[in-house]
Amino acid sequence: MQKANVSERDNFTSEKMTFTLSGALLGAKRTIPLAISGFAIGIVFGVLARQAKLSFIDALLMSGLVYAGASQFVALSLWTAIPFPMTAIILTTFIVNMRHLLMGASLRPWFSKLSPWKVYTSVFFMVDESWALTMSDFAKGGRDAGFLFGSGFILYIAWVSSAVIGRTVGAWIQNPAQWGLDFAFTAVFTALLVGMWKGKSNLLPWAVAAIVAVAAAHWLPGKWYILLGGIAGSIVGAINDAK
Amino acid sequence: MQSETLTLITILGMALVTYVTRAGGFWLMGLVTPSPRTEAWLKQIPGAVLVAIIAPTVLASSLAETLAALATVLVAIRTKNVLIAMVVGVAAVWLLRLILK
Repeated sequence: MQKANVSERDNFTSEKMTFTLSGALLGAKRTIPLAISGFAIGIVFGVLARQAKLSFIDALLMSGLVYAGASQFVALSLWTAIPFPMTAIILTTFIVNMRHLLMGASLRPWFSKLSPWKVYTSVFFMVDESWALTMSDFAKGGRDAGFLFGSGFILYIAWVSSAVIGRTVGAWIQNPAQWGLDFAFTAVFTALLVGMWKGKSNLLPWAVAAIVAVAAAHWLPGKWYILLGGIAGSIVGAINDAK
Repeated sequence: MQSETLTLITILGMALVTYVTRAGGFWLMGLVTPSPRTEAWLKQIPGAVLVAIIAPTVLASSLAETLAALATVLVAIRTKNVLIAMVVGVAAVWLLRLILK
């Protein structure tokens, strides 16, 4: 029953979808305020990239090719570990970005009739903010898939250019910890968590994630506490939801 | 100090797995429908991962970090603005480290 409804809606919405330049421009325009915030956070990324001893090219490539803020900050926090934790960085990046799977899945009803190259180019630029704005535009009647591309692309320009500026300006910031800048990661993630708070149902899984992470950080080497805490907390949350 | 090749491979690996997460959801939904249990688990991941990242710093480093995190939460609730909350958090930890030293 549920499935039949979904596929009906699928056909209905995807038939009417377009992908135009004006749609992309509208998406970009609506995203300007978020692009300004993204620019400022990108500056912080560039400054911290320098602190973590990333070369200019590495900082540019990471922002330009990965383009996923939270996972890039996590990667920086792992970057100076010895020996260099390549596997942990890539695995953690995957775990932190797994939320994109759900976002991409939600595009299916809207994008299924578009040419694959348009879809698979657009999703390269998809971040939480552009996806959320696009879904809200579609909910209000928007039917131009270019919106997602335009919104993601303006955020991309802001993110990459600010990383370059931050990495360069960082030359004059000798010791970020002295100014509390090492706390910027924690503060950003804390603020993002406030936005993710849905109510009491978050309490148990988040407490489990916190306890497992603190214990793992104490007993295990490196930064594996992120994976262990994240997996423990999310499994408890899923079981909790099923009840 | 790590070699340039190693960091380049790491960044390319990060880029690849991230693109897989961006394209994979759309691609998979064209093949199968994920079970409600899998969907429930995926939804829990971002929050749990972010909690795990900050917990050792916020709960088990020093009083300055704990109080600054609290200030960040209060500002984030009030303003709903990540950028302002970040600036306040950084300023708070800087000030608290001076005071509590």
